[in-house]
Amino acid sequence: MSGESDKTLDCKGLSCPEPVLKTKMAMNDMQPGQVLEMIATDPGSANDIPAWAKRTGNQIIESKEEGGVWTFRIKKS
Amino acid sequence: MAEEKKKRLVMIASKGSMDMAYIPLIIGSTAAAMEMEVAIFFTFYGLDIINKHKYKNLGVAPLANPASPMPVPNIIGVLPGMTMMATAMMKSWMGKQNVATIPEMLKMCQDVGVRMIGCQMTMDVMGVKKEDLIDGVEIGGAATMLDFAADSDISFHI
Repeated sequence: MSGESDKTLDCKGLSCPEPVLKTKMAMNDMQPGQVLEMIATDPGSANDIPAWAKRTGNQIIESKEEGGVWTFRIKKS
Repeated sequence: MAEEKKKRLVMIASKGSMDMAYIPLIIGSTAAAMEMEVAIFFTFYGLDIINKHKYKNLGVAPLANPASPMPVPNIIGVLPGMTMMATAMMKSWMGKQNVATIPEMLKMCQDVGVRMIGCQMTMDVMGVKKEDLIDGVEIGGAATMLDFAADSDISFHI
């Protein structure tokens, strides 16, 4: 994935709701403007992470799926 | 976008089986992670979910449950041990998918600030004391729940 990330969160293997909860927890420790790279294999994350970001005002600057692995880069608002 | 006033969710958890315990805990923790204010009111059998002597051992009954993880005729479902078997089967399925356990879900709810309220009347009826409940929960009655619910955006009963 292109671009720099300030922190990486591996949620591979976790099921709903943990990818969202762990993303929220990880973002709590970050500063506005910093970028979290989050990796998940839960297919629900494809919709859940964008829904979470929309609701919390954080910005997904990049997302991709490759072989059942989703990667999101989320900028803290 | 994050708003000035937070969205608010209230749930009434009235069932004490394992599947019915997951619903308020999953939805509640996720809502709190989405920066909503969340309260769960645990009443009747739902009180078991926050009972420290019971929450680790919630079960799923195959009896009169056509969607049971162990589909058996009711005449078999009444036999001793059948609920234990169905529960073990469901736990094994959930473990394979790496779904958090009920104790883990309770911990996560507390970490993200879900407000949990045990029903006083149920406690009186069932002989449950405050010290029988897990740490960090409140106790209240219908008015406590309704006071929170009156200003909530989403509410449902489980």
